[in-house]
Amino acid sequence: MTANEVTPTPIAPRSIGTSLLRRDGVEKVTGEATYAVEHPVTGPDGQPPLHAWLVTSTVARGRVVTVDATAALAHPGVVSVIDHTNAPRLADTSDAELAILQDDAIAFRGQIVAVVLAGTSESAREGAALVRVEQEAEPHEAVFDEDSPTYAPEQVNGGSETDTLDGDPDEALARALVTVDATYTTPHEFNSPMEPHAATALWDGERLTLHDSTQGPRPVRGTLGPMLGLAEEQVRVLAPYVGGGFGSKGLPHAPEVAVALAAMTVPGQPVRLAVTRQQMFALTGYRTATRSHVRFGAHPDGRIEALRHDTVSQTSRIKEFAEQAAVPARVMYAAPHRATTHRVAELDVAVPSWMRAPGEMPGMFAHEVAMDELALHTGLDPVELRVRNEPEVDPDTGNPWGNRRLVECLRSGAERFGWAERPTGPRATVDGEWWVGTGVAASTYPMLWMPGNVARVRSLDGGRYGVAIAATDIGTGARTVLTQIAADALACPPDAIDLDMADSDLPFGSVAGGSSGTTSWGTAIVAAAQQFRADHGDHPDPGVETTAASGQYAAMDGHALHSFGAVFCEARVHRYTGEVRVPRLLGVYSVGRVVNPRTARSQLLGGLVMGLSAALFEDGWRDPRTGHTVTQDLATYHVAAHADVKEIDAHWLDDVDELSTPMGSRGIGEIGIVGTAAAVANATYHATGVRVRGLPLTADHFLE
Amino acid sequence: MKELTYHRAEDAASAVALVTGDPDARFLGGGTNLVDHLKLGVTSPTTLVDVSRLPMDEVAELPDGGLRVGANVRNSDLAAHPAVRRGWPVVARALLAGASGQIRNQATTGGNLLQRTRCVYFQDVTTPCNKREPGTGCSAIGGYGRYNAVLGASEACVTTHPSDLAVGLAAVDATVVVLGAGGERRVPMGDFHRLPSDRPEQDTTLAHGELVTAVELPASAVARRSTYRKARDRASYAFALVSVAAGVDLDDDGRVRDVRIAWGGVAHKPWRAAVAEEALRGKFLSEESVREAAEAELAAAVTDEQTAYKVPMVRNLTALTLTSLAEGATR
Repeated sequence: MTANEVTPTPIAPRSIGTSLLRRDGVEKVTGEATYAVEHPVTGPDGQPPLHAWLVTSTVARGRVVTVDATAALAHPGVVSVIDHTNAPRLADTSDAELAILQDDAIAFRGQIVAVVLAGTSESAREGAALVRVEQEAEPHEAVFDEDSPTYAPEQVNGGSETDTLDGDPDEALARALVTVDATYTTPHEFNSPMEPHAATALWDGERLTLHDSTQGPRPVRGTLGPMLGLAEEQVRVLAPYVGGGFGSKGLPHAPEVAVALAAMTVPGQPVRLAVTRQQMFALTGYRTATRSHVRFGAHPDGRIEALRHDTVSQTSRIKEFAEQAAVPARVMYAAPHRATTHRVAELDVAVPSWMRAPGEMPGMFAHEVAMDELALHTGLDPVELRVRNEPEVDPDTGNPWGNRRLVECLRSGAERFGWAERPTGPRATVDGEWWVGTGVAASTYPMLWMPGNVARVRSLDGGRYGVAIAATDIGTGARTVLTQIAADALACPPDAIDLDMADSDLPFGSVAGGSSGTTSWGTAIVAAAQQFRADHGDHPDPGVETTAASGQYAAMDGHALHSFGAVFCEARVHRYTGEVRVPRLLGVYSVGRVVNPRTARSQLLGGLVMGLSAALFEDGWRDPRTGHTVTQDLATYHVAAHADVKEIDAHWLDDVDELSTPMGSRGIGEIGIVGTAAAVANATYHATGVRVRGLPLTADHFLE
Repeated sequence: MKELTYHRAEDAASAVALVTGDPDARFLGGGTNLVDHLKLGVTSPTTLVDVSRLPMDEVAELPDGGLRVGANVRNSDLAAHPAVRRGWPVVARALLAGASGQIRNQATTGGNLLQRTRCVYFQDVTTPCNKREPGTGCSAIGGYGRYNAVLGASEACVTTHPSDLAVGLAAVDATVVVLGAGGERRVPMGDFHRLPSDRPEQDTTLAHGELVTAVELPASAVARRSTYRKARDRASYAFALVSVAAGVDLDDDGRVRDVRIAWGGVAHKPWRAAVAEEALRGKFLSEESVREAAEAELAAAVTDEQTAYKVPMVRNLTALTLTSLAEGATR
């Protein structure tokens, strides 16, 4: 079905801007919401689900010699063991991350080498432990450091250019009176959503139905269908409730292929797969470590004349993921001479992927700590330094800004935070056992709009409307804000909207990623609603409907559309132990019109907490001997817990962005994490005078 | 699924008899560590003898002013007990520094002492570990080492004991009451846990089948003026990078009459800093004098790139803990 493409016009906010309660809040807090492995699925003849358990490689590189399933198959309850010798063949094996069980190659530790099916989860797990996998190890390289050979990728994540060059930055750096020249690092970080990756699959001989924990039912369908040799319509993906994703569920990963293959071996019988927390550290993506060499050449008054941001990250030898860490440097500050580059090292390691604000998060850590160093070298207040480098137009494209209000964010934040009382120099404040300091950093995130979204509006009895699109709510509040958008687009109360989503049989919805969900789905819903009114008027007969595809509303070709923000942090560093605690964290953002203040605040605070967590704790430690991330559970891979989050607040400017969406909004899912770690690092420097250029900011850095 | 037999013990003696007679049997207390191990495959007992319902859940004051804590007293209850808070604040604070509220509600006094290392390799059955599988080697040597020991480690094992409570008990010279097939015996806290030597699989000096029934806390001036401090990556729900349990008794001039220092996060057992204690007896407590004493104790420390931080950290934290105790602050 091709829907007519309609470009919408701005809508008048009525429900938009109000804190409508989460539509699914009661189901979630009462446990009624069924997640991917909780769906009460049975086969066509009432068959109960089988349970799958993954068997994974323990060498970093090599091949599977034999998979001996004898003991596993003898275990009570075990039904079958699927390995590369007996797994169904995939029609397309070009994506080596996803093409599992097709050959004997082992490309990283933790790769799926067999799947055990059993009557219960417990017997599947024990069966998996009984599978004997003989592996032949080959020499591997799993260390990412200064000596890693690198190459220039064709492009970087998001489709951005690998390198950019304006003017002659090296010459300008050489003659600059004030310079910063430093290298900043971020470690491997793991998305760690509360709900591990999970799915229930049923193959009935004709169609594969997958209850999945995903950020994009249609993208999963679009990937799995061709791989399995099926028409896309033969795959149905449902994800009504998703317990977080942070990018790790944005693209299908190997476990989804595993459960689909397993289901195809037992037609008519559902198969459940719950990935363990430990397995997630190898199988569901992560943020690669980055190393950014940042150079600024500035005038004594702080104006940056030249900047270079040269970043290196690593990827898996079997699949490229190039973290675009230098991309934000292209838009942040004015500088006539500028260069950005990305290089990637290929290793025998698990495949990295999206994690909340890929590129911006690690890149802005480097960039905004470097700005703090420049403030120190020029004697300028860090807020004032940023104001002085405010570009009139987008330095990257030369386009006018759609709605750049960074300076207002900085000034509003400074006012709220009490920045003016800050002592200028570092190591100026002691409170009992603690050094106390404050820091600031800017944040940014591009306005992203995904083409191809389609929505359907149907009139129902009693003045109600059914609105359908294959969007997903991964905990963000999408179900609620899309209801509000539909209500305002149709000029009816939100309670008159029946929103149908999270099902790939519905009209196309793009991934809940890149902070593009509300923007892209909402624009399509507005388009369909306006076309519906044009087709059927204000008093439609029940049953009439309109399906419309979203034309490009966002004025991205002639304008630079980005969100901006400013993060302020108070850090305390223990004088005896070096432990860092953050009593205050504040973010002020310009994100266009906020559709729902309640859910928006939750998104921004969540981003700030995740940035705080990355600043202080998160560190996936890879054992070079095995390529294994040994900190593979939430007891050893530390994320911020309640006691780490003290006074935290998020505000936004009163904003309407009519260039980006008909709702006046921009995306908000990711900007909260951007710049936060830099603000914390800058505050620890202000507290102690110790400059730490690598995350996380653990106590040992500050010990005296 | 792995089947195992679950016995709910009728009384302590029969529990001891059941486990003593079966090398693959284990006691089950609060289960906060053992159940994890069952899931991870770290241990595979065929029989669990649940002792958590035995009537060993009282805190009783002893005629000599000491306290007898039943092995089944939950961590939360022990931490909140008025007598403990008054007479052994180091014990209450050590408990509250550990785990989370939910785990403390479940975990028992005896079980806490018998929890096992959180070394990432011990908990991952796909990697060699002498503690889990004797003779396979130590993956932590040359591997992830942020939490490794700096004192008393061996070539077979470099891990640390994770308990906070045990460090507090070591500082107050607690006694562990143990019931075995041959009757009851009393083990001083200092002899309860052991260094790894060439037998890291053996965390304690208990024989298989011996059951911890109680812990006794002797009353003392140092215990009354005691506290616990813990340095950790996050503010809660993290094991110690290092910790200090300490108590002091000062004479009228402010000189040290008696002092107790135990360290957590530095060794395979709670590390009683006897050299530092001896160095401080008769001295005034100042940051300088404590640092010197701690450094004397730490002369034996062996560190690498990942553990080097522990030496200054535990030295500094000891100085802070003891000087704040001397100043009368108990926090």
